Amino acid sequence: MTAKRTPRTRATRKPAPAGEFYDLRLYVAGQTSRSLAAITNLRKICKEHLAGRYRIRVIDLLEHPQLARGDQILALPTLVRKLPEPIRKLVGDLSDTERALVGLDLRPRTPTGR
Amino acid sequence: MPPRRAKRVAATSPVAKAPTGIQGLDEITSGGLPKGRPTLICGGPGCGKTILAMEFLINGALHQREPGVFVSFEETIEDLTLNFASVGFDPRPLAARKLLALEHVRVLPHEIQETGGYDLEGLFIRLADAIDRIGAKRVVLDTIESLFSGLSDTRVLRAELRRLFDWLRAKGVTAIVTGERGDGKLTRQGLEEYITDCVILLDHRVNEQNATRRLRVVKYRGSTHGVNEAPFFIDDHGISVLPITSMGLEHAVPTGRVSSGMVEIDGMMGRRGFFRGSSILVSGGAGTGKTSIAGYFVDAACRRKESSLYFAFEESTDQIERNLGSIGIDLAPWLRNGRLRVHAARPTTSGLEGHLSTMLRLIDERRPRVVVVDPISNLISVGTTIEVKAMLARLIDIMKVRQITALFTSLTGDDSHPADIDQGISSFMDSWIVLRNIERNGERTRSLAVLKSRGMSHSNQVREFVLTAKGLALLDVVRDRGRVLVGSERVAHLTGRAHAAAQHSIPRARRS
Repeated sequence: MTAKRTPRTRATRKPAPAGEFYDLRLYVAGQTSRSLAAITNLRKICKEHLAGRYRIRVIDLLEHPQLARGDQILALPTLVRKLPEPIRKLVGDLSDTERALVGLDLRPRTPTGR
Repeated sequence: MPPRRAKRVAATSPVAKAPTGIQGLDEITSGGLPKGRPTLICGGPGCGKTILAMEFLINGALHQREPGVFVSFEETIEDLTLNFASVGFDPRPLAARKLLALEHVRVLPHEIQETGGYDLEGLFIRLADAIDRIGAKRVVLDTIESLFSGLSDTRVLRAELRRLFDWLRAKGVTAIVTGERGDGKLTRQGLEEYITDCVILLDHRVNEQNATRRLRVVKYRGSTHGVNEAPFFIDDHGISVLPITSMGLEHAVPTGRVSSGMVEIDGMMGRRGFFRGSSILVSGGAGTGKTSIAGYFVDAACRRKESSLYFAFEESTDQIERNLGSIGIDLAPWLRNGRLRVHAARPTTSGLEGHLSTMLRLIDERRPRVVVVDPISNLISVGTTIEVKAMLARLIDIMKVRQITALFTSLTGDDSHPADIDQGISSFMDSWIVLRNIERNGERTRSLAVLKSRGMSHSNQVREFVLTAKGLALLDVVRDRGRVLVGSERVAHLTGRAHAAAQHSIPRARRS
């Protein structure tokens, strides 16, 4: 699973860190309600905060169990931010939007931000 | 009628066992770990959990044709490979043959932001994938409690762990789950609440600079098991557990005799020497001739073309050879042709179980008919009297089973009283020879007595002996008016008699 870089988008958006391209992978197991909730929550966050500069790949580990190893997936659902670096991992169904935004570095970490 | 065998079978429980292949552990557990169930192995850092788990997989793959998966929550595949190598094993060829799979599940503390509900299905999927890929029958999870450092929702973790162990049972794999020892609990996260099939506790303690390892089966549902702590040892051959009392008293009792190497001592032992397969204790103060007696014993064995093994805990091979040479025992030819092997080691070079493990390995390799341990009292410096007793009991058990005749020397502090250690171990010994320096009339004379010798009528006399360049010689008992004379008294008595005889003989000669 090599992360596909997108230099074009990067180049156009380079100056502001807030404008970086987000390459996101969401790992789920089957079509459980929790999986579906995670997908819905992620789409909503991206639309609101990352319009036009994100890509989401949903990986169903029931279909591709071998893919769990590469990103060291244990808990499900897990969202992996491949870009921008560094890699970030968020576990859970993303229903806590505040924490999700902090985890994606879209909101500053506060001392009590966890 | 084979009552021994029948008893063994009856004592074995109906729980199916997966042999670990680890020497001693299968003995304690009457056959191995519960097959198709998880076993918890717990203990502090560096107690040997990982190595035990590794050996379980390797032996399963090599000897039981049961493929195994090693899931490490702490070490990378590279580190694991090195770790396997440290017990003398390269996992790669087995991995190539699909008999072994290594899996690193990385859990970094606080790497993960939690944003809502989750479960550990990802871990299950990875495990299932690894298990199914090679058709694994054995699984190791080392150390699963690491999950608690990476994920904060302990309620979810606990529920998921419970589900995981149930899942492993349903899969029918024999699993080892390792856990770090916690305060007042067997494991930090109380894994013992979830895994009740079999729990084994490892311990690593340092006692006066000597590290000793102990293993104890805390529980084993549906099976009998040894309840005592058993010492174990890790070296480049892996783990050996040395159960203290596993053998019982079931060994065959031989009636053949083995010469002590000295006609006089054989004579005191019902005229025919020691029983084959018996244990003999030779105790005495410093310089009473213990090693000399040991020397005669191995020399005689070598002359009988028997393989002999001499464990020296006080002197080097050269020293022993030189010292015994001074009383006319030449060990050089036996050392050269390999009939005699001297293993010299300082007691402090390793813990007691280390010595025991080495001794057992050499006994395995050399298959000796006679063994000397000179002196056992030196081992006290690396263990307590109780530990030394336990070790000797184990050693003697094994030698009895193999019908090895063993002679142990022991240095006693005081001439008049046997040391504690002798009191403690004498019950394992079939014969006990006590050497003394007797100080009387301003001179020291050496004496020898057979304190006990099971199953034979032995001499009750205290015999004086001398050590000369020609060897050790027991002097004939000289009595004078109901008293046994020793030292210059006997010499005087004998000279007096000789004079008398001479005086008698002279006129006779003249007469002729």
